[in-house]
Amino acid sequence: MQDVRDALYIGHRSDGTLTRRPMSPHLQVYRFRLSMFLSIANRAAGVAAAAGSALAVCWLNAAAKGPDSFRKVQKVTRHPLGILALAGWALALVYHFVAGLRHLAWDAGYRFEKKDINEDGPVAVGVAVGTTVVLVATVLGLAVCRSRKKAS
Amino acid sequence: MVEFSLPKNSKIGKGRIFPAAPDAKNVKPFGIYRWNPDDGANPVVDTYEIDLDKIGPMVLDALIHIKNDVDPTLTFRRSCREGICGSCAMNIDGENTLACLKPIKDVKAAVSIYPLPHMPVVKDLVPDLNGAYAQLRSIEPWLKSDTAPPPDSERRQSIEERSKLDGMWECILCFCCTTSCPSYWWNGDRYLGPATLLAAYRWIADSRDEHAGERLDALEDPLKLYACRTIMNCTQTCPKGLNPAKAIARIKELQLERKI
Repeated sequence: MQDVRDALYIGHRSDGTLTRRPMSPHLQVYRFRLSMFLSIANRAAGVAAAAGSALAVCWLNAAAKGPDSFRKVQKVTRHPLGILALAGWALALVYHFVAGLRHLAWDAGYRFEKKDINEDGPVAVGVAVGTTVVLVATVLGLAVCRSRKKAS
Repeated sequence: MVEFSLPKNSKIGKGRIFPAAPDAKNVKPFGIYRWNPDDGANPVVDTYEIDLDKIGPMVLDALIHIKNDVDPTLTFRRSCREGICGSCAMNIDGENTLACLKPIKDVKAAVSIYPLPHMPVVKDLVPDLNGAYAQLRSIEPWLKSDTAPPPDSERRQSIEERSKLDGMWECILCFCCTTSCPSYWWNGDRYLGPATLLAAYRWIADSRDEHAGERLDALEDPLKLYACRTIMNCTQTCPKGLNPAKAIARIKELQLERKI
């Protein structure tokens, strides 16, 4: 659909002839505040969490097929890059959840002042990163303990 | 439409440099967006080195000094120079604000000045706000009442009823908030934007107005109202310290309340 704003981009020169007006810069010059970043990050985290969930289904599917196919998947999940991707998925899930809680509060009319928004942003980042680190460290720690037990 | 990069004719080039007098001691560079319809060229950023000892404390003082003493071709809107007319709204140091309320010393390095973002540029720092004004007209920002006022007095409001308008009547319609909103950048043809929605809520919340239902009906639209994604740029940037995001949330809340 054509954008009705296009009409406003037709300008005039001093002699009355028509010219095309430029669009003033937006993303190129606007200061990226934390609140703005967290908003778009919530969307990106939602997409990443959904994509990661699709991969998790593949993982479950492999487990259902039997030990051979599961071993193949483990090659991926035990590779450092695989672990990084899993950690990223965990961060996306946790952050999307935390941001969802903030949205719930906003929709109920709480924490809506400028001061609240700027206080809650860093807290949301801290909670999301902290939870993810604890989660990933626990899972990795358990895996290391188990492999040591097997070895001994 | 979501388009992250600027159209070809809007890409910004390097402009001229206007150096300060050699004996100037307290010099700060001002990078200012320039576009003249008669040039047939892309916009540029001109740099003006300004001696701060010679001018007042606000960014608007610098702009007026440039126009009076350095380069009379610089075009910008200004009127009251005390934050009540909303004319000198522009993007200063990455955020929309009023040049007359922005102290130069709040900007650490060079002061970069652009027109309000994602708007058609008429010339230099003057954007075309006709689209935003048309949207404001569309919400009919005036008192609508079917019952006649008492014959011998004005329509009375209690102190509590009047206090519901606080934080909204102060809006000067500078459109700093509307043009700071990425949702408005991408969907501004349909999304009304924070300034207009704040004005809409100002009338919905007015105890003397009897058309709140019709007003809410008109706003019940996936883009007009609900394109607000609570990015909060509006509340962060408002030079009058108002909270358009909260007003929009109140409208959404009322829409929900009506349905249950």
